[in-house]
Amino acid sequence: MKQQVAYILLITVLFTQCKVDPEIKPALPADDIRVVVPEGWPRPHYNFENNPLTKEGFILGRSLFYEPALSRDNTISCGDCHQHFVAFANAGHSLSHGVNGQLGNRNAPPLFNLTWHPYFMWDGGINHIEVQPLAPITNPVEMDETMENVIAKLKNKSNYRKMFKDAFGDDSITTQRIFRALAQFMGSMYSYQSKYDMVKKGKATFSAAEQRGYNLFVQKCAICHKEPLMTDFSFKNNGLSVNPALQDSGRMRITGNPNDRNKFKVPSLRNVALTSPYMHDGRFETLEQVLDHYRFGIVQSPTLDTLLQNGIPMSDQEKQDLIQFLYTLTDYEFIYDKKFDNPNR
Amino acid sequence: MKKIALIISALSIITFTNCKKDPSEPSNNNNNNNSNTATTGKLILTFEAMFGDSALVLNNKTYVTANGDSVKISTFKYYISNITLTKTDNSTYTVPESYYLVNHNSSSTVSFTLNNIPVGQYKAIKMLIGVDSARNVSGAQTGALDPANGMFWSWSTGYIMLKLEGTSPQSGSASKSFFYHIGGFSGTNNVLKWITPSFNSATANVSGSMTPEIHFKTDISEIFKTPNTINLATTYNVTTPGLMAKMIADNYADMITVEHIHN
Repeated sequence: MKQQVAYILLITVLFTQCKVDPEIKPALPADDIRVVVPEGWPRPHYNFENNPLTKEGFILGRSLFYEPALSRDNTISCGDCHQHFVAFANAGHSLSHGVNGQLGNRNAPPLFNLTWHPYFMWDGGINHIEVQPLAPITNPVEMDETMENVIAKLKNKSNYRKMFKDAFGDDSITTQRIFRALAQFMGSMYSYQSKYDMVKKGKATFSAAEQRGYNLFVQKCAICHKEPLMTDFSFKNNGLSVNPALQDSGRMRITGNPNDRNKFKVPSLRNVALTSPYMHDGRFETLEQVLDHYRFGIVQSPTLDTLLQNGIPMSDQEKQDLIQFLYTLTDYEFIYDKKFDNPNR
Repeated sequence: MKKIALIISALSIITFTNCKKDPSEPSNNNNNNNSNTATTGKLILTFEAMFGDSALVLNNKTYVTANGDSVKISTFKYYISNITLTKTDNSTYTVPESYYLVNHNSSSTVSFTLNNIPVGQYKAIKMLIGVDSARNVSGAQTGALDPANGMFWSWSTGYIMLKLEGTSPQSGSASKSFFYHIGGFSGTNNVLKWITPSFNSATANVSGSMTPEIHFKTDISEIFKTPNTINLATTYNVTTPGLMAKMIADNYADMITVEHIHN
């Protein structure tokens, strides 16, 4: 009996603790929120000049990122299709689900090192990190909500006024503040501590297979997947067949230029082992399938990248070596960093 | 125990913060401009939407375009920005942060007041129909430029400089509607139009005691003509930057004229 009471007490204490203000749990040292430019990396595109990065801004951005009120029926948050444990990609979803079970037409990309991106989305249609969230929030097949409604809903949630005040000095809730707070949270998602990075710094060594894979990568992949960000942010037609159900012309949708037909933004290969499924429509589930596409599956078309005219020939052994190398791009420091988790869960 | 103490102290901080007075409370500001010594004044810009010679009536009135198409207008709004005024002595004053959304959906006549205009006689105005390219690439903006105003494309960043929507029996669309969302700020897609509507020898005399008003007419019929006659059977859905948007922007470059100036 005594034991039972003790258990009930313990459980009560645990539950009570769960209700604690998200600012306190998980603990978040202020110096953990800072602008990072790893040695040898280019200058970021977005440097928080007009949106100083603060702990309070980060906390507000994190709450908004995990806030289902951003969707029309309050069911979907950014974090539903961008999941921390897979580098903020959408595990197991070739295309993401929006409100009312609607299906999107692109694969949700992972989120990290976003301050280096000159533009966003597979077609590069968004030119600034701050206005990027407007696309999923207002897209009818994603969150299908208006900023007007989002602001009204946040005003009715008791904790937000205080969080906006902490982050921006007063408690008014505006589109700009919502977007800037989200930019602070998402812009702080730095991934630069993979084994590959440690090897580059001389703090770790590749296995023989990883080293062979890296050599192949430099030779066959690194022109587009340029180090250290593992992308050059260019738009390429990489020889995928056009998905007849989606008829997605990629970059041409934005520029209207037929020379951009079927071109998509080159994704970073960082954390690639975690971000399956692959390609703009999530058509490949494994890295083997991706590499086999480059070996045997290239579809010829007028805008096919010149480097891919003959595919990327490689032996089975080379393919395995390359995959070994790609695994070294997984950044466990980033994946296990609790400050990026939903504080209310 | 330590944790609980931490929580309690954190909570008390929160409580205390909540009790703080709002620093933005209005102060007792005795800013009486003496008309003899004032160095700045105000200027009102008023835009009246017309279709040819008729004042715009939304939804219910039918107008005829240069191509002979009958149209009803349901939405008409556009940006006016980057206002520069020229005095009779040829000196100029650029109104800082001048971004206005002229939204004729609330009323056919839209007015806004420019504050802190240097006192003097003004003979000319220069402004942009649209939002300059810099503000199209600078992230989340506020006020007239708030993306929540419905004049900002979410899928391909950029402001909709002018929005005209309505219906026409001649429209090629199944719903007999038409949508002109005109935008594009860079390269060959640029639709930005600098305009200098003439004051016709009149002046706007800004002083501490006088607030002149420049009354503009914005003629929607111009959107459908010169240099490009728009045929609604084929051109009913222009909602992306590109050639058609540029043709329509070329048309509306002369839609705004000065009707009169009150002094």
